[in-house]
Amino acid sequence: MNPNPAPSLPDLMKSLGLRQKPGWVSRLPSGLAAVLTNRKGLAGLVILTLILLMGLFAPLLAPYDPFHRAGPPSAPPDFDYLLGTTRLGKDVFSQMLYGARASLTVGFVAGIAATVIGVIVGISSGYFGGRIDEVLTFFVNVVLVLPALPLIIVFAAYVDKASPLVIAIVLAATGWGWSARVIRTQTIALRDRDFVLAAELLGERKWRIILIEIFPNMFSFVVGGFVLGTIYAIIAEAGLEFIGLGNPASVTWGTMLFWAQRNAALTTGAWWEVWPPCIAIMVTAAALVLINFSVDELTNPQLRAARNARRIRRYLRQRNRSPDVF
Amino acid sequence: MSSGTMNAEMLTVAPTVAPTVASTGAPAAILAMSHVDMDFTLGSGFLNRMTLRAVSDVSLSLHAGQALALVGESGSGKSTIARILARLYRQTSGTITRAGADVASFTAKDLATYRRDVQMIFQDPFASLNPTHTVGYHLERAIRLHRPNLSRPEVRDHIDALLTQVGLLPARSFAERRPHEISGGQRQRVSIARALSVEPSVILADEPTSMLDVSVRLGVLNLLADLKEHRKLAALYITHDIATARYFAEQTAVLFAGNLVEQGPSTVITETPQHPYTRLLIESVPNPANRITGTAPRRSQDIALRAPTSRGCPFVSRCPRATSICQTEMPVQTWLGDGHFVRCHNL
Amino acid sequence: MSSDLIAPMPLLQVRNLTVDYIGENAIARAVNGIDFDIAEGEAFGLAGESGCGKSTVAFALARLTRLPGLVSGGSIRFRGEEVLDFGPERLRKYRWNEVSFVFQSAMNALNPVMRVSEQIMDTVRAHQPKATGDEVRARALEMFDLVGIPSRRLDDYPHQFSGGMRQRIGIAIAMCLNPRLVIMDEPTTALDVVVQRDIIEQICDLKNNLGFSVLFITHDLGLMIEFCDRIGVMYAGELVETAAADQILTAPRHPYTRALGQSFPPLTGPRRRLEGIAGSPPPLSALPQGCRFSPRCTSAVALCGIEVPTLQTDPQTKGQVACHLAQ
Repeated sequence: MNPNPAPSLPDLMKSLGLRQKPGWVSRLPSGLAAVLTNRKGLAGLVILTLILLMGLFAPLLAPYDPFHRAGPPSAPPDFDYLLGTTRLGKDVFSQMLYGARASLTVGFVAGIAATVIGVIVGISSGYFGGRIDEVLTFFVNVVLVLPALPLIIVFAAYVDKASPLVIAIVLAATGWGWSARVIRTQTIALRDRDFVLAAELLGERKWRIILIEIFPNMFSFVVGGFVLGTIYAIIAEAGLEFIGLGNPASVTWGTMLFWAQRNAALTTGAWWEVWPPCIAIMVTAAALVLINFSVDELTNPQLRAARNARRIRRYLRQRNRSPDVF
Repeated sequence: MSSGTMNAEMLTVAPTVAPTVASTGAPAAILAMSHVDMDFTLGSGFLNRMTLRAVSDVSLSLHAGQALALVGESGSGKSTIARILARLYRQTSGTITRAGADVASFTAKDLATYRRDVQMIFQDPFASLNPTHTVGYHLERAIRLHRPNLSRPEVRDHIDALLTQVGLLPARSFAERRPHEISGGQRQRVSIARALSVEPSVILADEPTSMLDVSVRLGVLNLLADLKEHRKLAALYITHDIATARYFAEQTAVLFAGNLVEQGPSTVITETPQHPYTRLLIESVPNPANRITGTAPRRSQDIALRAPTSRGCPFVSRCPRATSICQTEMPVQTWLGDGHFVRCHNL
Repeated sequence: MSSDLIAPMPLLQVRNLTVDYIGENAIARAVNGIDFDIAEGEAFGLAGESGCGKSTVAFALARLTRLPGLVSGGSIRFRGEEVLDFGPERLRKYRWNEVSFVFQSAMNALNPVMRVSEQIMDTVRAHQPKATGDEVRARALEMFDLVGIPSRRLDDYPHQFSGGMRQRIGIAIAMCLNPRLVIMDEPTTALDVVVQRDIIEQICDLKNNLGFSVLFITHDLGLMIEFCDRIGVMYAGELVETAAADQILTAPRHPYTRALGQSFPPLTGPRRRLEGIAGSPPPLSALPQGCRFSPRCTSAVALCGIEVPTLQTDPQTKGQVACHLAQ
């Protein structure tokens, strides 16, 4: 008497649209396999790599010199000038490519610097506690509370014609607070775990415990902080240059927007001066966010399970079943 | 071969009735605690401060090749005692002696040796190993800290030997796995291997099997028993389960609200308990020969919090034998022969 | 005192219940077609170790399975009605009015920022929308009385209670609508033995007075034998034996039951060495052929590794066992 027998496992898999892992995946080391099978992360990585390559090979790929006049002013996109020219006749496409270099450099340098500072402060604060924690937390709170944008504007205004590097330093100096706070919390949570205690009882040196026992467990937070810091830096840098605090003679996505505004590009209908840098910034930020999602999913397997759930729920609804009974 | 004797040093310190059976051939205590109190101050600021006495006048000793079980409910102070012995906490008063020498007088170098000599095994098999490192790495670090001059192949051999000793075979395969790839029981075995790799003489096992499946517990306890015997380790076994205490340890001590209320050979404690609390514990342990009817009296109460100024026996509010003296004075040890003592006014 | 399986109609009839866990590229069959009954007023225990599927069964019975878990087959008949066919309206009536749940960490299942009275009253209101405010409050007071907590504490917050009391509150919430079946998933595992005994006594007292059935899940076989009337033993997603509580230790028929019974060190008698069960339960992705317990079974014969044993009922004792050697 077997009422309502369940479908066999292969049949069930087919009904729910599950596929077995392709053979080649299981032959890779598990870390690489995880990265490659995660669609979001893969997309993000591919896009980011393309943009990086664009910037890296700009001198080879750019048809014209972005700093000088290359053609008729305000020419719409055509075969000679792929993205048109600016009011001063400079090629937008070449500017895009060269702009990638500066914007990405500032973004990554600021992102890395902010993360490094945040991690050092956060881990020390969390692990050592006591006075050190009090002092460092005070600084973290100061950085978090101070309004970043006005501060950046004040800094940049003092330094006449701030180069992208200066901007990167300023952004790093004002942007490390969030990372530090998150890392501190994680360190405190990990510090009391038994395996840290065991390491201390064995006689491990403090620096080894911090770097090798605690730090690897916070990897996803560090990467998350780095990605967010980089996005913030790229957008903030563009913003600063847009309002004129950068060096207008340099070629970055932000200065492209600055000149587009100066040239009243939208009112004259020269959309090709405005959209390319905007889209470039958006796409770069999106790629970084996708990478962040995938790092989160890699380190938190519950997020991965949630992906399938939506599809299965839809399938069950179609069969007029509740979401818990096949 | 009585294992419940006190060594000479403790006899002169403790103002109690001397044991009726004194053995001259018993091994000296490897690690001993004498009249230890442990206070914790809670709350911040001047108004909310509260001082709790987690451990009250506890004396115990650990001997080579013998296990002492410390049985108590949560909040009884048993984990605190383990941490005091591991020098994670500094006791408020009382002495810890290692082979007769007072730990308070140790130099930094002596303390480092002590640290390695007294190893701890933790309760949670999930939390006691670092999820980002392999099993082999855990053991490698321990070995390198203990014997820094070994070459790589020698370290590898040591790791394999340790894994074999704790029953994780094939050793090489286990060495390369990460904690999430092995079961809870196997993780505890790795923790035991790690503790052994520095060649300690004392193992403090803080509820090592509470979070394991029932059928796995015996395997781990048997392993600890074998290691204890072959390596002549002294073991402190902390548990809330008096049945496994009896199984693993020759001696059992019962802890209530930070006080050692009864201690003796495990069989005596479980079969003829003298302290009302021990009796309550034994009667509460699930016994398949009994049947629950819903009519038995309710005997549990919230845990009594003790302060340094607390007077009297902590069990007084639940004790069927309580009299007026129990409110004002903590009973002293009464020796009942064969190394069995009780702290109760009304035996 | 063991209940009769056949007549009258059992309160709960489970047949061929199958629950799967959907992974990314594979499905794990956590519960593989189990059958059991629970009679009115009976305490049925489900014993087994971690990963055997007992909690999964409990959740399925209360229709609390959530993705990635999925009930993929079988039938659950509660008083003759098929529970797996219930729609949302019928489910609302089913849950808590007819079947309720006490969670393992009932202590943590309480909302820390809500007064306890609110939490009980919320539950009553959710499943009995027509009750008035006074009626609801009166019910909450009644429940506190029932589980032995002073009524003056009704408006306290969860953190003001001890662990044992919070568990009692969890039980009170489970009882507040007078269900016919209460499912308890490891209700006392995190509590000390003295508190545990009190709580189980309380539950037994309530059961005697209110007449509900209990599905009691725990790994502590001794406790289960003290409280339950019948016990089912699960291993790797399958039911390997069911028997009256007093038979499980004295006359076990399945080798796993026997080995499990011998894993509890005694409190009396000589201190002898016991062996647990060597090895670990098989991973659901790599199940052995034939009987799932055979790799660890000390009495296994060749047939055990080839053919899966079916659950057979003994006509006399009404016990069931799935083992080639028990025929």
